Amino acid sequence: MNETLTALAIIFVQLSLIAFGGGNTTLPEMHRQVVDVHHWMTSADFAALYALAQAAPGPNMMVVPLIGWNVAGAAGMAVTTLAIFGPSSILTVVALRLWHGFRNPVWRQAIQGGLVPISVGLVAASATIITRTVDHTWVFAAITAASAFAATRTRLHPLWLLAAGGAIGWTGFGQ
Amino acid sequence: MTETDTQAPTLAGLFQGFLILGLTGFGGVLPLARHMVVEKQRWLTGTEFTELLGLCQFLPGGNIINLSVAIGLRFHGVRGAMAALVGLIAAPLAVVLALGVVYARYRGDPHVVHMFAGLAAAAAGLLVSMAIKIALPLRRKPVSIALAVIVFTAIAGFHLPLVPTMLVMAPISIFTVMKVRA
Repeated sequence: MNETLTALAIIFVQLSLIAFGGGNTTLPEMHRQVVDVHHWMTSADFAALYALAQAAPGPNMMVVPLIGWNVAGAAGMAVTTLAIFGPSSILTVVALRLWHGFRNPVWRQAIQGGLVPISVGLVAASATIITRTVDHTWVFAAITAASAFAATRTRLHPLWLLAAGGAIGWTGFGQ
Repeated sequence: MTETDTQAPTLAGLFQGFLILGLTGFGGVLPLARHMVVEKQRWLTGTEFTELLGLCQFLPGGNIINLSVAIGLRFHGVRGAMAALVGLIAAPLAVVLALGVVYARYRGDPHVVHMFAGLAAAAAGLLVSMAIKIALPLRRKPVSIALAVIVFTAIAGFHLPLVPTMLVMAPISIFTVMKVRA
């Protein structure tokens, strides 16, 4: 148990500190660690937990405590929550104390601009890995495509898309 | 809005403000955060908010997480940062846990399994959409596209670990983008 908690802590502390461009950039690494390296859950379970976290309100990193809870119960949830939110928050506190150094726009913009292609590559990888996991029938592939289209081209609230996907799934159509 | 229009929140006010934000922010808290912090509560001016957000986006971690820490810290130091952060994640944590319990309890029921599969397919679509939206500004920047494709292939194609990939690609990308501005 302690080994599991330590492993969870190490994984999510690392992810906390390298999550440039928001939480979604770290999904592939989360998936790799949780499914491929540690075999704590199947890829389908991972995708389901991700979907649950998307259906809940709040920051999009909420999949992390959910993973912790599934792997190691309440202790796992506590450890992963502290590990994912703690280090980046401490870094924010330190950075704000050194605020004036960060006001120099030249190198700050260079770093910020340089990280954009990385974020794009990582989010695209996240989308590919999650899609590969969930779309094993044409119905699911169609739900993903329709949801992607609607979210890109309309101003429909994401919750409607999730609800529609869940409702179509519920009928068992095409499965 | 001028500087004099803003007013500092109390510690409890910080907690409460971010608690409501966490409860109401579906599919993206950031637009709501600006509304609450600048327009409703008037803790910061619009310019202050944008400046603080710029720093938070520059740092690792969720933007809204960092922003809650930054705003809390500004008014009540480390205690304020903790009040804002805990307020922000408390309610979503409870909701996510409740959904997780439902999933674990009924995962034997085919209807529930199918429903969560459909939910996951729709959630995947949201992620595809986000990838498209953040990729679009790169469309006339071939060098940036090449860098993004390398990262994508390393992670999604070869399943390379993120930390070494970042350690190699981040400096290359920062240096290249600075040099060629593309």
